[in-house]
Amino acid sequence: MSYDPGDDVIQVVREPAPGPAAGAYRAFGETLRGLKTTFSRIVEGPTTIQYPEEKVPVYPRFRGRHKLHRFEDTGLEKCVGCSLCAAACPADCIRVVSPENTPENRGSAGERYAAGLRDQPEPVHLLRLLRGSRARLTRSRWGTTTDASDYTRSDPDLHQGDAARRVD
Amino acid sequence: MFLATGIAQDSANALTEPDRGDQQAVTVLGLVNYVEPWWIQIVKSLAIFLVIFALLPILIVYERKLLGPASRTATAPNRVGPFGLMQPLAEIVKFATKEPSRPTTSVGFLYRLAPAIAILTAVGSLAIIPFGGVQNIFGTPVGPVRDRRLDRPPLYVFALAGISFYGIMLGGWASGSKYAFLGAMRGAAQLISYEVAQGLALLGVVITAQTLSLTGIVHAQGNIWFFLPQIVGFTIFMIASFAETNRAPFDLVEADSEIIGYFAEYGGTAFVAYLFAEYANMIVVSGIAVTVFLGGWLMPFGIHPPGWVDPIVVLVKIAIVLTFFIWIRATLPRLRYDQLMSFGWKVLLPLATLNAVVTAIVVVS
Repeated sequence: MSYDPGDDVIQVVREPAPGPAAGAYRAFGETLRGLKTTFSRIVEGPTTIQYPEEKVPVYPRFRGRHKLHRFEDTGLEKCVGCSLCAAACPADCIRVVSPENTPENRGSAGERYAAGLRDQPEPVHLLRLLRGSRARLTRSRWGTTTDASDYTRSDPDLHQGDAARRVD
Repeated sequence: MFLATGIAQDSANALTEPDRGDQQAVTVLGLVNYVEPWWIQIVKSLAIFLVIFALLPILIVYERKLLGPASRTATAPNRVGPFGLMQPLAEIVKFATKEPSRPTTSVGFLYRLAPAIAILTAVGSLAIIPFGGVQNIFGTPVGPVRDRRLDRPPLYVFALAGISFYGIMLGGWASGSKYAFLGAMRGAAQLISYEVAQGLALLGVVITAQTLSLTGIVHAQGNIWFFLPQIVGFTIFMIASFAETNRAPFDLVEADSEIIGYFAEYGGTAFVAYLFAEYANMIVVSGIAVTVFLGGWLMPFGIHPPGWVDPIVVLVKIAIVLTFFIWIRATLPRLRYDQLMSFGWKVLLPLATLNAVVTAIVVVS
C-alpha cells in the first residue's frame, strides 16, 4: 500500500517519456545540433579583444585622463593650488603641491585671486577630465603616477581617438 | 614501438620459413614480400617517435585554439612565441623545474613506475599504425611493421591498452590518496567497459576485410573505405575511443573540474607524462581509426600519389580525426558515472555485438 498524499498534492505535468524514435533523436539530433553550434563558433573565431594591441574606439564622453588648463592669453596655469580638487576627487588620486610664484618664474595666476581681479573666484574649469581620452596603460604599479607637467602638456598621443573627440 | 622492434627481432627467424597461407594472402592483397634491414627499423622507429612527440605540443596548442572560440570561454594562449605556439615549451620548462615530491602515504616505486607505464604503452601502440605502403628508398625497402613479425596488430593494440590500464590503476593506488584511488577505480571500470565495445566494433571490419593485418585492411579499402559500409561499427569505435582515451564526454577519469582524478597527487614531470600519454593515446586511436575505417594512406577519388605522400596523407587524416575529438570535447558535457556505465554495457556492447553478427551474416551469405 503506497503513501496517500491526500487532495492537496500538486500535480506536476511532465512531457511523456521519449519512445525509441524520440530517444534516438535526443541522443543524436541534439548532439548534432550542439556540434553545429560549436562549429559555427569556431568559424566565427574568438571575440576577445586583445587590449594592448587591439583597441575599441573610445566613446566621446569617456574621460580617462586629467588635464590642467592654461589661460590662452598669458599661457599661465589656471591652477592656484587651492587643493579643492584633491578634496573633491572621488578616487582620491590628486595631490596638489604648489610652488611659489617668483618674479623670474611665474607659473600661475594665483595673485589675480589675491587682488580680487578675477570675477570667478571658484576654481572651476581648471582641472578637467579630458573627454575622449584613454586611461594610461603601463606595466608597472607606479607607472600611472605623473606630475602636473604631464597634465599641462598638450600631448599628441594623449588622444588615441580622432581629434574631433577633443571636447574640452 | 621499441617493443615492436624487439618482437620483430625475436620473430626474425620465423620470417625465413615459407608459409603458404601468408603467400596466398600476399597474392590476394597485393602486398610485396620484403625484408627490411635491422637498421632501417631503428631509423623508422625513431622517425615516427620523434615526429609524433613533436606533434604532441602542437596538438595541445591546437586543442586550446579550437576550444577557446568553440566554448566561448577564454582565448587560447597567444603570448609565447608566434601565435602562442611556444606555450607548451614554456609549460614543460615550468613543469620540469618543479620539485619532485610525493605524498608520505604513497608507494614510492609504483608511484614512479605508473606514469612510465602509461606513456610506454601509448608510444608502443604507435608501432602498428601503417604510415604507408612499402617504399623503395635508395634500394632499401621500407614499409609498415610486417604482419608476420607483429602478428595480429589489433590484438597487440588491445593488449597494450590492457597494460595501459595499469598505468592508471597503479598511479591512483600508489598515490595513497582516496581521491586518486576513486579516480583510478572509475578509470579502470571505464576502460574495461569500453574496450569490449571497441574490440567488437573492430571485429566488423576484420570480418569484412577477412584479415587481421592492418596493411591488409587498408588494401581491402581500395574500392570503398570501411566507414561507409561499417557506419555503425565506426560510430561505436569512435564513441568507445573517446572513453578509452579519457576524452570528453567520458573524461570523468580525470574530470579536470573535479578533484577526483587518478593523477590528483601527481605533479611536475610525472603529470606531464600522464598528459602526454593521453594525447599520444589520442593520436594512436586516431591512427587506428584512420587505418581501419578511413582508408589509411589511400586517397579518395582514385588519386594515386607517389609513395612519399603516404605518410602525409595518414597524418592529415589523423589531424582530421583529432579535430573531431576536440570538437566533441567543446560540445558535449561530461556524463555521470552511472550514465557512462549503462551506456557502455546496455547500448554500445549490444550494438557492437549486433554489428559484428550482422556483418558476419552478410559476408557469409
